[in-house]
Amino acid sequence: MLDPGILFAGVLNGLMAGGIYVLVAVGLTLIYGVLHIINFAHGSLLMLAMYAVFFLWRLSGLDPYAALPIVIGAAFAFGYLLYRLVIGRLSHGRDENILLITLGISIVIDNVALLLFGGNTQTVETPYASSFVQLGDAFLPLPKIISFVASLFICAVLGLFLARSDTGKAIRAVARERQGARLVGIDVDNIFALSYGIGIACLGAAACLLMPTYYVTPSSGHAFVLVAFTIVVLGGMGSFAGAAVGGLIIGVVESLGGLVLGEQLGQIGISAIFILILLLKPSGLFGARQ
Amino acid sequence: MNQPSRFPVSRRTFLAGSTALAAGTLGGPAIVRAQPAPVKVGLIHPVTGFVAYNGQQSRLGATMAIDDLNKAGGIKSMGGAKLEPLLGDSQSKVEVGVSEVEKMHEQGVAAYIGCFQSPVGIAASQAAAKYNTPFLIDVGASDLLVTRGLKNVFRLKPGFGVCVDQGIAALDSLNKAAGSPAKSAVIVHESGEFGTGTSKLLSGKLPSIGINVKEVISHDNPTRNFDNIALRIRSVAPDLVMMSNYQNEYVLLARTLFQQKVNLAGFYSFLGGGFNYKFVKEMPDVSQYMMDTNHWFNPKSEKAQALKKRIEATKALFTYELYLSYSVVMLLADALEHAGSADNEKLLAALSASTFKAELMPYGPTKFVNGQNQGGRAMTLQSLKGDIEVIAPAEFASAKAVFPRPKFT
Repeated sequence: MLDPGILFAGVLNGLMAGGIYVLVAVGLTLIYGVLHIINFAHGSLLMLAMYAVFFLWRLSGLDPYAALPIVIGAAFAFGYLLYRLVIGRLSHGRDENILLITLGISIVIDNVALLLFGGNTQTVETPYASSFVQLGDAFLPLPKIISFVASLFICAVLGLFLARSDTGKAIRAVARERQGARLVGIDVDNIFALSYGIGIACLGAAACLLMPTYYVTPSSGHAFVLVAFTIVVLGGMGSFAGAAVGGLIIGVVESLGGLVLGEQLGQIGISAIFILILLLKPSGLFGARQ
Repeated sequence: MNQPSRFPVSRRTFLAGSTALAAGTLGGPAIVRAQPAPVKVGLIHPVTGFVAYNGQQSRLGATMAIDDLNKAGGIKSMGGAKLEPLLGDSQSKVEVGVSEVEKMHEQGVAAYIGCFQSPVGIAASQAAAKYNTPFLIDVGASDLLVTRGLKNVFRLKPGFGVCVDQGIAALDSLNKAAGSPAKSAVIVHESGEFGTGTSKLLSGKLPSIGINVKEVISHDNPTRNFDNIALRIRSVAPDLVMMSNYQNEYVLLARTLFQQKVNLAGFYSFLGGGFNYKFVKEMPDVSQYMMDTNHWFNPKSEKAQALKKRIEATKALFTYELYLSYSVVMLLADALEHAGSADNEKLLAALSASTFKAELMPYGPTKFVNGQNQGGRAMTLQSLKGDIEVIAPAEFASAKAVFPRPKFT
């Protein structure tokens, strides 16, 4: 039996990790909710955003947190244009085409990154990297606390934007009834591109919050995609709140599973949740019944 | 006054030139035919996938060696035959490594070099054994590579068995000299053949030097987060953390243990995938006092220092993959010189009897027993002030080890 102090520290570690998972999953679920496709390029685009953070730091000394507005803006623009110029044009309005196109984009991005950046592990060093806060048995690195708080803040702002703004309402309308939204004059294609851009902007934010404690290689983004997909299924496909809650749950399950069962077997918890949700509540915790 | 000719070339010059051109045109094919056929060398490395960097470094080292050999006149006993690299990407996957062997066999490969990852090397060399084609392991830690009775497999570098023995001897000396502050250890290893095999050897041998293994922690590749492993290490409170991981996880684990201020007498890795110049220069605080038993070039070798300068001039890193692959190409070239042929049987016989001098490495004379070079050895290194110093064996030492490491305040 594990010491309660260790368990408490494990829960805190899980929450910190979950905070980042939330941002990756929110982007994925937003794209799914509006476009009704799984974005296979999610991991590759996360990796690209992480390289952007790394090069901003390497070339101009810009701190990853200070780079948030730049990387979020650039990621949004990249996602928007990617949809407008590539995905939207080549899909011919068919969802299954979008799936294949995002898969193709993923392969291209991974290999171009390998060609341009090489396969070496790149990290960002910050002056606060070794600062920490001690809570009982838990030593929480300051960058992880900052990332956790910033991640939830960004999610809350995004939630407000979707709930209150006209664009947010249009996104929700398209997500709910595409044809009806078109009939009331919403530019559905533009909403698709905007949603894709916002989803990728979430990855930009995640990249800035990850880099002070993680590394980037051309394959590092994929480490977060399977877990993000599980979170989306757990929270409910297309559910914003579901992704936020699901991210934290998965973070804690992964952490406690690792402590109790060992690092390798601990990953079983994530897979078990995935299977149980599909069996018992396929719509997820917050998903609408079909 | 003579009129200037409309044709600035005289008739005599024109005839001489035409004759030379005709002779060149007709004689050309004869000269080409006289060129000895190139010797095809299959380079199979993971240049994509999760260990892409290591594979790219191996490929760089091997292709540089081939270029150097060709510029120096090729294989002289074969009439100056050039080496021709066939580039293969295992994609960090066993089945792809095997399919590269088959593909290169159809292209007439004379020998293979690879594969960085032990599981890929084990399967690929087995596939090459069907054709009795030599397979030279440049990087690959598992001793299974050379203990299966395959006559076509040769490894110049030592495997994890020898590295663990040498590393444990070095650790024992350090520990005793410091008054035996290390009495317990936690082993953290990647879950593949390299990490698991090294961990098993360590678990069996550490008690013989008075170090009790408190826990063995295995992790996947990739691992996103080492916070819980740091938590478990702190709760177990060992004197040493011993690591065997590939580059990404090595760096992430070291950084996490540093960020979480885990106090230890020492971090000691075996064949640490991330222990290189980039790591110690970019993370001097994290890497400070970390120790590693690994493949290392001979610091007293002029050729090794010259190659290091060439590599660093291109902004690349002088890592063990690079100089091991370079050395293995040189071993193959030496065997081809002795065999005078790329015929499988002759080449295998030349490799078996090889006394090749690996000038870049701190090795004794090459002597293969069941495909394993008996002259290879590892070095024990320590990161000190943003540089890598050799701390054992004594004859190559460039600094005195700092052990135990100062505690975090």
